[in-house]
Amino acid sequence: MKKEQTIPVYNQRRLFLLLLFVVAIALLMWRALDLQVINRDFLKNQGEARYLRVVKIPAHRGMIMDRHGDALAISTPVESVWVNPVDLVGQPDVLPRLAKILNIKLDQLKQVLASRMNKEFVYLKRRVNPDIAKKVLDLQAEGVFTQREFRRYYPAGEVAAHVIGFTNIDDKGQEGVELAYNDWLRGSSGKKRVIKDRLGRIVGDVENIKASRSGRDLYLSIDRRIQYLAYRELKKAVKYHRARSGSAVLLDVNTGEILAVVNQPSYNPNNRRGLSSSRYRNRAVTDVFEPGSTMKPFTIATALESKKYTPSTIINTAPGRMKVGRNTIHDHSNYGKIDVTHVITKSSNVGASKISLSLDAEKIWGLFTRVGFGTATASGFPGESSGLLSHYSRWHDIERATLSYGYGLSVTPLQLAHAYSVIAANGISRPVSFIRQDSPVKGERAISAKVTRQLRKMMKTVVSAEGTGLKASVHGYQVAGKTGTIHKSTSGGYADDRYIAVFAGMAPASNPRLVLVVMINEPRGDDYYGGLVAAPVFSKVMSGALRLMDVPPDNLPVIQTKLNGRGGRS
Amino acid sequence: MKVAILMSVLFIAVLGSAVAVVYSKHESRKLFVQLQGLEREKDRMDIEWGRMQLEQSTWATHAKIEKIASTRLEMQIPGADSVVIIRP
Repeated sequence: MKKEQTIPVYNQRRLFLLLLFVVAIALLMWRALDLQVINRDFLKNQGEARYLRVVKIPAHRGMIMDRHGDALAISTPVESVWVNPVDLVGQPDVLPRLAKILNIKLDQLKQVLASRMNKEFVYLKRRVNPDIAKKVLDLQAEGVFTQREFRRYYPAGEVAAHVIGFTNIDDKGQEGVELAYNDWLRGSSGKKRVIKDRLGRIVGDVENIKASRSGRDLYLSIDRRIQYLAYRELKKAVKYHRARSGSAVLLDVNTGEILAVVNQPSYNPNNRRGLSSSRYRNRAVTDVFEPGSTMKPFTIATALESKKYTPSTIINTAPGRMKVGRNTIHDHSNYGKIDVTHVITKSSNVGASKISLSLDAEKIWGLFTRVGFGTATASGFPGESSGLLSHYSRWHDIERATLSYGYGLSVTPLQLAHAYSVIAANGISRPVSFIRQDSPVKGERAISAKVTRQLRKMMKTVVSAEGTGLKASVHGYQVAGKTGTIHKSTSGGYADDRYIAVFAGMAPASNPRLVLVVMINEPRGDDYYGGLVAAPVFSKVMSGALRLMDVPPDNLPVIQTKLNGRGGRS
Repeated sequence: MKVAILMSVLFIAVLGSAVAVVYSKHESRKLFVQLQGLEREKDRMDIEWGRMQLEQSTWATHAKIEKIASTRLEMQIPGADSVVIIRP
């Protein structure tokens, strides 16, 4: 064994290798520093962007219900199917099945995908039933997703369509109460951050960014049963008389709540395809007409308040016509000498004009304004018209005369109903409302209580064999009201053969609870008088409404009984 | 010596917290699965509730009730002569 063996020393190599290692370590450290410290935020964001997603939590829109809690508008969950075209076109076998489930033509589907290849989000079909959406997801196809949305459904259909209105595809109110109370009904959708896998399925919740808040429910003042009744009767009458349109408004006298508003023509809010917007109008609120003879009670009210007249003051209406300036005012026939009550009973234009001309224009204007003519009601309904009542300083004799029997001003059926509710409520004017009122509603005095009692007594004579509105009578109840038959104004004067038939009234007359206005526009049948066209509708709707509202009859023989109060069973 | 005790205590603490992390992560996964299940159930119930509302309103259509009342049940609004008002 040779002890002395020379071990070669490669110092140079060793150093070189060491240096190489040092450089490698330095490089690694630098890279680590680069990734972990310098570019940390950028890289983290990029990573998260590949699996973290913010998704919307859709919010439920509040329900609309009638005064008893029956649903008038409901949001039901539905799914919208959307796809990522790039992912989908790679699976040709899926397309036919997808098209079949969604009931789309295959060619059409292919065309849609082809034209949107540069997009990542394409709706295939919005608002499909949840079971169809489930079938779509069961295909397990890549790039096909569903998104929760809500569809608005209106169980009452065309009956309450005008009051409730509707929402658009993005759940925003477009008409009616849906529009007026959109902020109240609308929920606010929330946001949450989730982890999604490659197929877009949610595999983890990370955080709630914003909680979703459901919309609040809304209770309307409408009574669905009465609404239906009114709608049915109005529709029948409009059809029978071949009228152009019609409206009816029913008010609760004690609270100013609107119990029913119906219009013809109507529409089905659940399927609005191909309908013109003229059908969407809530004519009872947006359309004005000249109220005609239904204004006379307010003229008489001014007369009675002036103390110049009492219900029995005699007025000479002979010979049934009267010249004011260059115009002539006509009565239906020559009524001769009649008292103020009979001006209402017979609906004498000459009588009303004579009374009006003897009164202070400012007083007439004041009373008309106090009962709400010329200003929009407090209903807050979108598109409400305020009607038209010119200032008394611009009235000449002829205006003062024609205004007394309801020409030269325009009102909405809702305004007219509100004005009649003032007479019904002993002279108190309460704001009308589409929303259920749970506490007593305060009002302001517009006419003295004594005058309204006298007026109601006069208006009761209208609904009698002697008056113009016998057909408005309701069995078991006393009815006070007024008919109106209005010549429609056209360009260049008043048409001879186009009319508006109106009946406005209240029941029970001894202590009114309900006010109803029925307006039928351009009846083209044989009858056109308010007392023949509108009054029968009034009778039917009012009798049903009184029954449904549990209003005790005031015109039936009463049997006085003594009930044993001490636990005796009757 | 003291240092050794301290170190072992810290070591056990680290071990304990590691197990706790694993456990809580597991628990949170379990809860997440449960949450998803409940959300699905809520969805299902929401959908069913909506359907029932619609069904109810279809059955409660006034025209339908009116027809059944008058034809099948032979109900009618009492006539004028058969109404008597009784006041205590």
